[in-house]
Amino acid sequence: MIEYRTISKTFEDGTEAVREFSLTIPSRTTTVFVGSSGCGKTTLLRMVNRMVDPTSGQVLIDDEDVAAKDRVALRRSIGYVMQHAGLLPHRTVVDNVSTVLRLNGFAKAQARERALEVLETVGLDASYAKRYPSQLSGGQQQRVGVARGLANDPNILLMDEPFGAVDPIVREELQVELQRLQRELDKTIVFVTHDIDEAFALGDQIVILKKGGEVAQVGTPADILTSPADDFVRSFVGLDKATRTLRVEERDGRSLVVDGNGRATGVLA
Amino acid sequence: MTWAWENRDLVLELFWRHAWLSAIPVVLGGVLAVPIGWFAHRKPRLRGAVLGVVSLLYTIPSLPLLVILPLVIGTGFLSPLNVLIALTIYAVAIMARTASDAFGSVSPAVVDAARATGYAPARLAFTVELPLAGPVLLAGLRVVSVSTVSLVSIGALIGVSSLGSFFTDGYQRDFTTEIVVGIVATVVLALLFDLVLVLLGRLAMPWAATVRSQA
Repeated sequence: MIEYRTISKTFEDGTEAVREFSLTIPSRTTTVFVGSSGCGKTTLLRMVNRMVDPTSGQVLIDDEDVAAKDRVALRRSIGYVMQHAGLLPHRTVVDNVSTVLRLNGFAKAQARERALEVLETVGLDASYAKRYPSQLSGGQQQRVGVARGLANDPNILLMDEPFGAVDPIVREELQVELQRLQRELDKTIVFVTHDIDEAFALGDQIVILKKGGEVAQVGTPADILTSPADDFVRSFVGLDKATRTLRVEERDGRSLVVDGNGRATGVLA
Repeated sequence: MTWAWENRDLVLELFWRHAWLSAIPVVLGGVLAVPIGWFAHRKPRLRGAVLGVVSLLYTIPSLPLLVILPLVIGTGFLSPLNVLIALTIYAVAIMARTASDAFGSVSPAVVDAARATGYAPARLAFTVELPLAGPVLLAGLRVVSVSTVSLVSIGALIGVSSLGSFFTDGYQRDFTTEIVVGIVATVVLALLFDLVLVLLGRLAMPWAATVRSQA
């Protein structure tokens, strides 16, 4: 369980990124911070592994204040996946994954074996292991990024817009893959995105943020769609758009789902 | 050519001497300049001052420096140490700024990701920042190497023999062939140094070629 207790963060240049933010993230669930740029979502994420320290307030992991922990040790115990993968360009794919394990004191051969195993878990063929990151496509690099985050089998996985830089088709593929991984691995995932569809696709708990880290609404995707807290949420999730206002029409004995513009989008199973 | 062949022992001897007199300052200069460049990169406020002072060293004219050095550090006037020290100073002067730029060329996103995966600061500097600065460091070192090989010749004027001795000797005897041999041998040596550096770079940084071909 991750707990934010009245967190505030003002950066050195005076910008207030987050003000009195509180939230509980239950274990083994996916929580998505979603909002436009400048809403403090990345700042909040990076407080979990102390890449950012709050100006006031506490972040607790399983009731222990992270401020009391050694930064480096804390970071090694938490998986981190970032936009553009952030792989080391001078290390091969397998080394990029095993490096996390090496930092955690695994022997070289053991780290390599485990790295190959994790690469397989994220759906990357072993033939890519000896390539350099620049020889991979964006989607493949991101899979390596996820493998690196999972290598040490951490309880917590932080994902900072991990699929933001890949094209829509690959993004959807990676989202499906992450859903599968989550079913298998049961991690506590904190995910940051500006894409509400991605948030709905992945999140058990969605946190919609306004500028300055102000919480607009916290809830399940269903909660948010059925009872949006205010007009900001309503427009942010697109409830006023044709694509979210669906109705059912009977056609040839089947129930066709039609959007606000009358375009067919699917059938009821 | 006949002259060079007849004097091949001398040419070879001076070639080797010149090679050593160049190699030591290039290596020392590189080793000294990298930490200075790293420091300048890490402390942006001091960067201008540090690099300014170091670059200033390069403006000291070489001949006076070679004459003054023995007086300052107490070495003999004919000692090769004078040349080695002077050239190391120049090497540092050229290399420090490049080294700072080299660390600046490392992608902040990669460094950030490495920190987030739990690299401690020293490990980050040595196993992530330094190797990633490698390609730019190598480019700088190639400039330093060419400049050093040509500067070693000046030592001949103060009695530290090298391929430059062919210039001084040939000039005094008004013997052009000898000067030409000196020039050709110096150029060959500079090219050899460059080749060695490029090959070492390929060996040490096999990843760099893949990054470049993608960029």
